[in-house]
Amino acid sequence: MNFLAAIGRLFLSFLWHTGRLAIFAGQALAHIVRPPIFPRQMARQLIEIGYFSLPVVGLTAIFTGMVLALQTSTGFASYAAEAAVAKVVLLSMTRELGPVLAGLMVAGRMGASMAAEIGTMRVTEQVDAMVTLSTNPFKYLISPRVLAAIVALPALVVIDDIIGVFGGFLVGVYSLGFNPAVYLHDTWDSLRALDVLSGLFKAAIFGFVIALMGCYNGYYSQGGAQGVGRATTNAVVSASILILTLDYVVTALFFR
Amino acid sequence: MSDRPKEVASMKNSAGPKIRMVDVHKSFGQKTVLDGVTVDVATGESLVIIGGSGSGKSVTIKCVLGLLHPDSGSIQIDGRETTHMRGRGRDELMLKFGMLFQGGALFDSLKVWENVAFGLIQGRRVDRRLARDRAYETLAQVGLGSDVAVLAPSELSGGMQKRVALARAIAARPEIIFFDEPTTGLDPIMGDIINDLIVKCVKELGATAISITHDMHSARKIGDRLAMIHGGKLIWVGPTKDIDASGNPYVEQFVNGRAVGPIKMQVRG
Repeated sequence: MNFLAAIGRLFLSFLWHTGRLAIFAGQALAHIVRPPIFPRQMARQLIEIGYFSLPVVGLTAIFTGMVLALQTSTGFASYAAEAAVAKVVLLSMTRELGPVLAGLMVAGRMGASMAAEIGTMRVTEQVDAMVTLSTNPFKYLISPRVLAAIVALPALVVIDDIIGVFGGFLVGVYSLGFNPAVYLHDTWDSLRALDVLSGLFKAAIFGFVIALMGCYNGYYSQGGAQGVGRATTNAVVSASILILTLDYVVTALFFR
Repeated sequence: MSDRPKEVASMKNSAGPKIRMVDVHKSFGQKTVLDGVTVDVATGESLVIIGGSGSGKSVTIKCVLGLLHPDSGSIQIDGRETTHMRGRGRDELMLKFGMLFQGGALFDSLKVWENVAFGLIQGRRVDRRLARDRAYETLAQVGLGSDVAVLAPSELSGGMQKRVALARAIAARPEIIFFDEPTTGLDPIMGDIINDLIVKCVKELGATAISITHDMHSARKIGDRLAMIHGGKLIWVGPTKDIDASGNPYVEQFVNGRAVGPIKMQVRG
């Protein structure tokens, strides 16, 4: 009986958290379009999420592109490796690895940072202070972060795709000895708008998820430093899991 | 600002209470924190709520502010029921409030003057330059110069942070100001400076004030009336001068800081 009660409690708790997260997401989105808007906050978050994530996302992309080229050339050694390498690198980067890796990197960097910053503000009563100063925390703290992440992630993924393909080109030309003009021609030939757009669509969704989980966990953190630590961990873990889950859902939506 | 005290003085006796709490209850799970709090605060009056740690002082003012929602009971501001107020009504109500938080709650990502001007710029959409001027003016009111205005809150001492927090609470010239443990964590001299500043600022603004503290020196200095909360109920309310002759054993134990008496301190929350 106790076992059943425990399962019931767990299920009810899950429903409660899901409901609270859904309401939080709805409020965050509603406040994006409802004035007053805080453009300074939005610009600050765009720089934080977009510009300052460039080095880590760029490094991840270039090495991923390089590894992809190497692995593909090994795997396709008995076939027409040159054309296959260019195509596989491009397809993998634009459809999957670009948005997913950028999403995971930004989740680690910005999801944690959002949860820690808002969580600290919560436990030190700065969020309450904001309310007493006639400022809605959703408008000032949450919505600018959510909107900035939705905008910044696709922009990061465009750069990420280019750097990844360039990584593959470097290995293809300088390590595998492919003809640079042919490699570029094969890459251009394989380029499809749907592949790039599906990647950008995924990136926008991942951006929303990262900001949502970072802000949600920070906003409801409690219990001092330990609570903020827990919120930070939860933000990164939940965002990463959701990114991988939604990656499958969106892929199935576009390519099934 | 200079006309407010006269205006308030004339309203003090004619109008109803500025704040009215009637039978307010609030529980967290099984724990009852407020168990029927009833009190009126007149316009321009300074009420200080005293009581031990965990007695429900902070919850009381958070319920009035709307940061917490009471389970039952009525909270009226200027005769308007506020317990279920949402949206624009709540936004308009918040414009009447200012609050000094126990830990200051200064925004550490903003400079001192930006903290003071925050409510004006973000909450009231005042032009940034005007708000900046007002922030400098308010900082001067609490004895801080323009050299402090450009610093980050983390560069200030505890006493200076409290002054900045006080400046932020009064910068928008609110009608009602809440002070949450204004002298906690300060040395006695700085504590007294803060008490003097609170009395001065509240008088200058003609504001209604509710403070919570367990510092009796502070309570006597800033309160026109004192109320003692214990077990979620206000067990004594009266003029500050009567506190030593309350005839209430709970109040006497608290005021005299005795370990022995009817109040048993809870070890667990």
